[in-house]
Amino acid sequence: MLYWHLKGQSLPGRLHRLASRAYHPSVIPSKVVPLSEEFMSKSAAMDALVTELDHITSQVRLGGGKKAMERMRAKGKLLPRERIATLLDRNTPFMELSSIAAHEVYPGESIPGAGIITGIGSVSGKECMIICNDSTVKGGSYYPLTIKKHLRAQEIARENLLPCVYLVESGGAALPYQAEVFPDVNHFGRGFYNMAQMSALGIPQISVVHGISVAGGAYTPAMSDYVIIVRNQGHIFLAGPPLVKAATGEVVDEEFLGGGEMHASVSGVVDALARDDEDGITLARTAVGDLGSAAGLTAEPDQAPEAPLYSVEELHGIVGDDVRQAIDMKEVIARIVDGSRFREFKAEYGTTLLTGFAHIHGYHCGIVANNGVLFSPSALKATHFIQLCSQRKIPLVFLVNVTGYMVGSKAERGGIAKDGAKMVRAVSCADVPKLTMVIGGSFGAGNYGMCGRAYSPRFLWMWPNAKILVMGSGQLSQVMAGISKDPSQHSELQSRIEAQSTALYASARLWDDGIIKPTDSRDVLGLGLSLAKRESMIGRLSGGSRLRPSWDGHDAGFGVFRM
Amino acid sequence: MLRKRAARFAQRRVYPEVAAAGVGGVRLMHLSTRGTSRSTALLGGDAHSWSLPVRGYATGTIPDRPPPRKPLFTKLLIANRGEIACRIIRTCRKLGISTIAVYSDADADALHVRLADEAFRLGPAPSAESYLSLERIVEVAKRAGAQAVHPGYGFLSENARFAERLAAEGLVFIGPGVEAIKSMGSKSESKDIMLAAGVPCVPGYHSSEPVPISELERQATKLGYPLLIKAVLGGGGKGMRIVRSVEDFLPALESAQREARKAFGDERVLIERWIERPRHVEVQVFGDSSGNVVSLWERDCSVQRRHQKIIEEAPAPGLSDEVRKDLSDKAVAAAKAVNYLGAGTVEFIFDCDTDEFYFMEMNTRLQVEHPVTEMITGQDLVQWQLEVASGNPLPLRQDEIPRIGHAFEARIYAENPLNDFLPDVGPLLYKSTPQPSESLRLEEGFPQGSNIEVYYDPLISKVVAHGRDRTEALRILRKSLEGYHIAGVSTNVEFLKALAGNKAFLDQELDTGFIAKHRDELFPPISAPAPAVLAQAVLFLLLREQPLHLPATATPWQSLAFRRFSDIYTKHFKFHPDPLLNHGNPSPASEVTVVSSKPGLFDVEVRNPGADPVCFKDVKAHMISSTVISSTLDAQRVQTAVVQQSPPPTVLPSSTVTDRLHIFHQGSKTTLLIPPPNYLLQIAAEALTSGGIRAPMPSLVVDVRVKEGEDVNKGQPVVVLESMKTEIVLRAEVDGKVSMVGCKKGDMVEEGKELITVVATD
Repeated sequence: MLYWHLKGQSLPGRLHRLASRAYHPSVIPSKVVPLSEEFMSKSAAMDALVTELDHITSQVRLGGGKKAMERMRAKGKLLPRERIATLLDRNTPFMELSSIAAHEVYPGESIPGAGIITGIGSVSGKECMIICNDSTVKGGSYYPLTIKKHLRAQEIARENLLPCVYLVESGGAALPYQAEVFPDVNHFGRGFYNMAQMSALGIPQISVVHGISVAGGAYTPAMSDYVIIVRNQGHIFLAGPPLVKAATGEVVDEEFLGGGEMHASVSGVVDALARDDEDGITLARTAVGDLGSAAGLTAEPDQAPEAPLYSVEELHGIVGDDVRQAIDMKEVIARIVDGSRFREFKAEYGTTLLTGFAHIHGYHCGIVANNGVLFSPSALKATHFIQLCSQRKIPLVFLVNVTGYMVGSKAERGGIAKDGAKMVRAVSCADVPKLTMVIGGSFGAGNYGMCGRAYSPRFLWMWPNAKILVMGSGQLSQVMAGISKDPSQHSELQSRIEAQSTALYASARLWDDGIIKPTDSRDVLGLGLSLAKRESMIGRLSGGSRLRPSWDGHDAGFGVFRM
Repeated sequence: MLRKRAARFAQRRVYPEVAAAGVGGVRLMHLSTRGTSRSTALLGGDAHSWSLPVRGYATGTIPDRPPPRKPLFTKLLIANRGEIACRIIRTCRKLGISTIAVYSDADADALHVRLADEAFRLGPAPSAESYLSLERIVEVAKRAGAQAVHPGYGFLSENARFAERLAAEGLVFIGPGVEAIKSMGSKSESKDIMLAAGVPCVPGYHSSEPVPISELERQATKLGYPLLIKAVLGGGGKGMRIVRSVEDFLPALESAQREARKAFGDERVLIERWIERPRHVEVQVFGDSSGNVVSLWERDCSVQRRHQKIIEEAPAPGLSDEVRKDLSDKAVAAAKAVNYLGAGTVEFIFDCDTDEFYFMEMNTRLQVEHPVTEMITGQDLVQWQLEVASGNPLPLRQDEIPRIGHAFEARIYAENPLNDFLPDVGPLLYKSTPQPSESLRLEEGFPQGSNIEVYYDPLISKVVAHGRDRTEALRILRKSLEGYHIAGVSTNVEFLKALAGNKAFLDQELDTGFIAKHRDELFPPISAPAPAVLAQAVLFLLLREQPLHLPATATPWQSLAFRRFSDIYTKHFKFHPDPLLNHGNPSPASEVTVVSSKPGLFDVEVRNPGADPVCFKDVKAHMISSTVISSTLDAQRVQTAVVQQSPPPTVLPSSTVTDRLHIFHQGSKTTLLIPPPNYLLQIAAEALTSGGIRAPMPSLVVDVRVKEGEDVNKGQPVVVLESMKTEIVLRAEVDGKVSMVGCKKGDMVEEGKELITVVATD
């Protein structure tokens, strides 16, 4: 038990670390009393939220349901999640993204996971973005949120320079929603634009066509660098036999029109012909293996990783489910960072915000974490710290529990607006990857200063208890009451806003990259930081050319800070 | 125990002069255990590290045997390979004798080559061109300056011409004189000599001239029933009849003669006493140049398969002191009759029903099973051989030879008991042996990574156990076999374990028909693999890619193995049992599902056909070496060695040519087949051209009988293979034309390799 935080390390490494371990002022002391009533009740509340999340994700894993799965199996196909499991290296993690997308979004329709599974995993030893149509869900057709999830995955791939593997089986756009999937900038066409752009950036695009890939969908394989098709199963055509008949009168079967044999031997649309799903995926693994340095390198941590000193399970009792209650953010940090060591910056100044350096899974990062409402000094301290990290090229991790910037005459007269703006500007222009984890509330302009979705963090995750709202629902309702006269509308509005503030609501709409269990936080942050570190490696690989496909900074500096 | 041990050590002492001094019985021996309990010297320990025996032996007990002693050789050539070569080298090291190994191309990197001081190549792999190449060996012996040649067993060990040739070159042959080899090599001559020396032979009647039926009938009556009628030119059971009563004699004789006439064109028969329940009992004898012969007691080698011994013990159980003495006396008489020098074994057929025994033959060599004798007498028989070959007298007199406890030897062969004990060849992918101890001795010739070759005897090693009594020795043997793990070739280890645990064997119900009689108990009906075995197999497959120790700077993509964030890690596995368990027919698959929903913990559900699923919850597992997985299953900590064996990459996969897992779990071995993915089977089916003829097992191409473009008829022999001394004729399966010949005479081919392609004519 003494060594539990060192497990997973080699014996010499372990001995060395044991020998070199001692009390250090950067170690966060924990004041948690796990048997206290408050702790227990908070813990139980978070347990309930996690259980609910587990229940929802277990439903999502069933995709379009048992029947649809059986139908796929009967055709000798692998299920979408089996395809992914086969594609991944056997003993590696898979960081699934936005698994509960479209949860209770489309009235009267259940579209688990928005009919698409996306995530990052290791294939032939290379981290890849995997984008897999779930054809058990409405034939894998694209709903508006399917597009959004697909594009978000591509964005992550682009920013982190991850090769993309598309496991394709989709009937294309969901026609009833064509207005919300086809015409606009971030609609269907954007996916192919992204593929072309990524290919140009040297980010490999690989497709395996497991089933139908029709109309717009036909461009996913066609736009790929390398395409594998499953014989007698995958079909690629711009128009299927019925449409061909309607358009030209030609009567033709699927195989002749767009079967694997045809595309492999006649049209040249595909590059490899697989005998079944497993073969196709094995070929894809081989293809990724053959990417060479184009697949990028796994970025090693800056130092040997070390588990935190305190149990991550205690996060439940530290945080609870009520965002109105204060969270001792140091206790959270102590359970996320290596060795629970946090080198705090300006500890005594602007104390409602914590800043400091730490390592997570061995990766160096700067942490910005809320410990109360943002005052001017807190905002200035954040701005200072963000500039430091930007200059030193240390990625930033935002641990968010913010009710907003302080209001009131004292704050306004003290210039909270310009100080807040400094923080927002620093966040916007900081020249380093940012990762955001919403641990409690993310309200108002605090959302901006703490690197909300609009500030393009590389990843944004929420805890099951998290809330996102323009302001606290209580205040919002009061504000509304001041404007509108009808009190019945107020309570309806308040409950609607309450419902819209939850993590489930946000995650279903892809305002984040997924809800993460508190106990998994450190691990997803570690994975995220390791991905963020890839870019600099690739920059070096490509002879120092300025390949900067991400949004986190362009070495353009910060613009004008309002002093 | 102390006394036994003492005796064993004392008489295995390093210094020949001490040994020669003789140790007057066991009484004094316990002195020697003080300060040393190094029992492993005989077992493979380095003789030079031995501490000196307590002073005082060499003096106090010297009886009337006169010094001076003749010096032993300084340089010895060992004309053999494998465990026996290594065993001889060990004694030579102990005695300070330089050793010269010889090897064929197949053995260039063999253990005996590495252990010897010098090594010389003989020639290509086939024995005829290497270990049987008398001229080459003589040439090497002369070139290397050897004074003597130890032939081991097999190969040239009983070759009179070899002995003659060595003598002519002034080299000492470690073995008996040429005359003894010659006369004992001939069945009829040896029988005549034995009868003359008063050694009983199986009663019978044999005449080289045709005999009238009435005479045969008269002789039969004289002999008594049951008896055996045997064709003089007989073999393979043809022309053989067992007759149990006088009424049956004439019809049986008639049919035997008819069959003999048909089979051999000669109807002459002989008659012999038929022994219903025979045991194979043999006596180890030793002779020196002064004509002294002693017996080092007997061994029982009754349990045999394919007429070869697999388990031997000493002393033979259930013999009265009188019978034992009689056996020894007769064996000594037999040896004296041929003026025997060195180590020899007189084999008797022992009638369980009457306690009578009859001379069968004499083996003029050191036998495979000599260690059991060494274990109960505490002597080093190779040292004895060297002593007497150097002209020294026998180290002990008959009345000084101890007989302490009981010893067993189990021979570990590369063979498949489920396939009628047919020999197997292949690499020793994995080999892990029990720890030798004072009660356990291992005779090894092939370490892990060696190849068991098609050209030679498939003996891999021998496990020798010694106990205070038979039950104890057998228990030690059983336990050590449980710790003996080999993967890569089929072995008889599992069978030996069944044998060593068999009730009838424990109860000493020995006879040469033992295996046939107890076949059902020795080959228990197949049962599905134990759930724990399947669980361990799957955990091995999952964890083996996980580095034993993550590098200090492991990325979370390595260290967060099996983690899913919102998904749950799930993996299905399917295994088939070894088809040989079911006479080559496929058996239903066992299925295993692994789920990891908590970091570092697995739920393993095992579904065996026709059984309720078994689920191990929250299993913790990690690899402790590249082959050993340690898991906690149902609160029990288990360690299991798992070895994967893949067919060669040049061979197309099939339901049987596929990856195998050999699992050593709690003392028993299970082999599982991992069915190849469907697409691989499809690829194989596509690649499999019609009319392709494949090698059914790894073998040597003896003859290719067709050429490309030649027309062949269905059933026509096309290729002749040899695998472990068995010839296999491959025939065309269709009428057609040979489109490809993929082998030539002398090639070694792997299982599944396409040798000939015949394109069918329509």
